[in-house]
Amino acid sequence: MSSEQTAHKPPVPLLDLMGVFFRVGITSFGGSTAAWLYRELVERRGWLDEDHFLTALTLAQVLPGANPVNLSIYVGSQLRGGIGGAAAALGMIGPPFCIILGLGYLYREFGSSPTVHAMLGGLAAVGVGMTLSIGLKLARKVRKVVPVLIALTLFVTVGVLHWPMIPMVIVLTPLSILLERFWGAKAAR
Amino acid sequence: MNETRLLTLILVFAPLSLLSFGGGQAIVADMQHQVVDVRHWLSGPQFADLFALSRAAPGPSTLIAALIGWQVAGFGGAVVATLAIYIPSSFVVYGAVRWWHASKDSPWRGALERGLTPVAVGLVFAGALAVLEAAHVNGLQLATTALVTGLLAFSRVGIYAIMAATALVYALLQLL
Repeated sequence: MSSEQTAHKPPVPLLDLMGVFFRVGITSFGGSTAAWLYRELVERRGWLDEDHFLTALTLAQVLPGANPVNLSIYVGSQLRGGIGGAAAALGMIGPPFCIILGLGYLYREFGSSPTVHAMLGGLAAVGVGMTLSIGLKLARKVRKVVPVLIALTLFVTVGVLHWPMIPMVIVLTPLSILLERFWGAKAAR
Repeated sequence: MNETRLLTLILVFAPLSLLSFGGGQAIVADMQHQVVDVRHWLSGPQFADLFALSRAAPGPSTLIAALIGWQVAGFGGAVVATLAIYIPSSFVVYGAVRWWHASKDSPWRGALERGLTPVAVGLVFAGALAVLEAAHVNGLQLATTALVTGLLAFSRVGIYAIMAATALVYALLQLL
């Protein structure tokens, strides 16, 4: 399971692996995690080359799960197998988990204050803006008619009409992949 | 009583974990529906508050599951919800990474990449709409969302700066 890059290097110590993701987990959030990880993994430590990092990033984005956690599992399991993936993911989730519970505690204590509520209202609006900007970035890759229709169908049924998400995703995801496999690639050529 | 609540947390979050294509944004719509409309664990505005906290905190936005779990069943609820939201997807990722490197020339690789993108896009926009609805947003918040989306898409302004400025402006508007 070790990649070509690790073959000629001594294995990365598990604690180092966990430490890198621990630090990134504390200092970054939202869309900036990938940039921090790039600096740590590619530029500073040379654990991955650039192409490998981009593959990792793409997989982390398209698969289910939070992108930073997926990235940590990818990198950890590439460098040290399953246990490496678990260590990296734990390092990535641990600090933010503690911080968010701290914030949750403050919310319980001060959440009834109108000023706090107003600030959270503003931050929720910022959060939606972050979500939309990620959606726009992804949407640039969706250019053909059928994929656009699939994205629109999901938005309208789940977002506007409040249909249950699970059956919609279970039907549309395999359909989308099969269309790309047997029809999309040929049409693009 | 508490065991039932923990079990329900797993039943709500573990399936969502497997469906969170493109990250936590994709499942916000369904999470809001389950937590507010189906289980009545939180009110719409409470959900919007927790969403705001999860976006303002470092770490992935899916950690909103920890906050919901904590509200529902205390610290144990936070741990259980967090494990339920990360473990299923992590196994999928681990399996996919192994498969990905074992099948370098498979035409399915490109199809998977391209086929999952429109699913993620549709769900991300649905999630944005769900939070706007849950928060009962006013005009100022809509304007903030539009401004932030534009800033993040077309400028290099840091998100920390945007969040600090927004919190300050909203606090001042409230106090005045």
